[in-house]
Amino acid sequence: MVDLTTQTLEVETARSRRPYRQMAARFMRHRLAVVGAVVLILMALIVIAAPWFLPYRYDQQDFTILGVPTPPSAEHWLGTDELGRDALTRLVYGGRVSLGVGLLGAIISTLVGTAIGSVAGFYRGIWDMLLMRFTDVMLSIPTLPLVLLLSTLFRPSPGLLIVIVGGLIWMGTARLVRSQFLALREREYVEAARALGAAGPRLILRHILPNALGPITVAATLAVGTSIMLESGLSFLGFGILPPVPTWGNILNSASGWLSIAPWLAIPPGLCIFFTVLAVNFVGEGLRDAMEPRG
Amino acid sequence: MTQPLIEVRDLEVHFPVGRTMFNAGATVRAVHRVSFEMGRGEVVGLVGESGSGKTTLGRSLLRLIEPTGGSVRLNGKEVTGMSPADLRRARSDMQIIFQDPFASLNPRMSVGEILSEALHLHSIGSRADRRDRVAALLETVGLPPQAAERYPHEFSGGQRQRIGIARALSVEPAFIVADEPVSALDVSIQAQIVNLLAELREKMKLSILFIGHDLSVIEYLCDRVIVLYLGKVMESGTVAEIYQRPRHPYTRALLDAAPQVDANRRTDRIMLTGDLPSPVSPPSGCIFRTRCPFAQPECAATVPPLETKGADHRVACIRADEIDLVPG
Repeated sequence: MVDLTTQTLEVETARSRRPYRQMAARFMRHRLAVVGAVVLILMALIVIAAPWFLPYRYDQQDFTILGVPTPPSAEHWLGTDELGRDALTRLVYGGRVSLGVGLLGAIISTLVGTAIGSVAGFYRGIWDMLLMRFTDVMLSIPTLPLVLLLSTLFRPSPGLLIVIVGGLIWMGTARLVRSQFLALREREYVEAARALGAAGPRLILRHILPNALGPITVAATLAVGTSIMLESGLSFLGFGILPPVPTWGNILNSASGWLSIAPWLAIPPGLCIFFTVLAVNFVGEGLRDAMEPRG
Repeated sequence: MTQPLIEVRDLEVHFPVGRTMFNAGATVRAVHRVSFEMGRGEVVGLVGESGSGKTTLGRSLLRLIEPTGGSVRLNGKEVTGMSPADLRRARSDMQIIFQDPFASLNPRMSVGEILSEALHLHSIGSRADRRDRVAALLETVGLPPQAAERYPHEFSGGQRQRIGIARALSVEPAFIVADEPVSALDVSIQAQIVNLLAELREKMKLSILFIGHDLSVIEYLCDRVIVLYLGKVMESGTVAEIYQRPRHPYTRALLDAAPQVDANRRTDRIMLTGDLPSPVSPPSGCIFRTRCPFAQPECAATVPPLETKGADHRVACIRADEIDLVPG
């Protein structure tokens, strides 16, 4: 009997680790997701390598063309703004900030949402009630009026801005994680661990959380898009990163005043935001299909 | 009998249902005033239809579901009412084997991790010790030591059930609740697992509460049987007694429902009709009366007590003495 068991085991070893490969295969089949991933990777590379190939600094001014924006030319491919700064340079450096804040904000949002959702879903009862009502309250706060109010009071540092962005978008993740926990906590393997003597933190971190990572990854990806949008919105409204440091949002803000005579300043950052968020969402969709196959 | 390993007294698990701010709701009596004892090394079968409270009873013994009343004693120590810390320690004396071998193993943990979980939890042994223990456990259940490196999805149902059994054994328990451990397996595999349990019981002097509905498996494996209906014990006794001389109509109906290969099969079988009554509003008097072919008006009036009839044979039926249920 033991021999038989050993034999079957060896036959089945061939299938080892296959779930991950299947996951990758399903993702690759999602053409838009692959395109999105390529776009994002290219953007990240360009933004990281910016100092090595851009001829200007982002705050470097050409004092001969001060006062009005100049249209695209051989020296300035995307033209210059009213302060004589190279628009392409500012766009790329702006991408640095926007993508960075987007990524870090999404990470914070995912950590906060996962922590709140897992405690609420695992302990249920009073914890669930308190944490989820808090989540509802956060969801019901209209972001932009709040931010406009805050912007009259102070200007956040980049670090604080990231925290604010993360702190405003974690609610969806919290709800998702809570629902995952509510379902997974009833699984027999969790009960088995409990029967062996495992308690709260270990059950959460070792037995439930790893099994909820699929949906959490998807939510985290989508949060990158939301967080880029939010940062752009905040910077556009003047609450985000302050000039001269460029972000896509504040470039858009200062370009908006020149929209009728110098549209070449506003269009590139707008397109960048648009395509980045679109790419992030496609990747999220692809990951969802890859990780949670239905049927 | 010397001190029993497990003593269950008037155990109750009642669930509130439909309770809202405006509605007092109702109570489901999943397990109602169940008492029994189990000696060391004894295997007791727990039978009953789906919904009879078998699983709830098994889990409430281990306090995986909190009992709402009564007491469970393990080795003379009160399990109900134990502090969380004491309960954690007591868990190394009582374990559970689950029905579904696919749901009961964490897909993200390797078999080695699953089997050494208990050693981590109770901080037993060094890393090397643990590896040896895992290998020994795997050998006990008939799996090769290399299985430790693999993940649950790489195993078949029967192999996974062996892993589940090894996990239960990892704390060297005295008492195991086996919750329909073979019901989800192919018939050919069932025999292997049943034999494994029988073998382990001999080797380790395990007490097993074997929950199941396959009466032939229970007859083969168990010393005694408890028949549960709507959370109450209808009859209990030794396997020989229950199978040869059932005294409760429900027990007889269960025995008759078991498929048999027998051309001269008796024709006076008791067939159960209808479904279990709603556990929210169980029938008055004897809860089985609505489906009992022998029911009489007085069955609705009094709740039949669980009375001792002969050595270690208890029946809850007011007509147990007048009706003859011995299969002819």
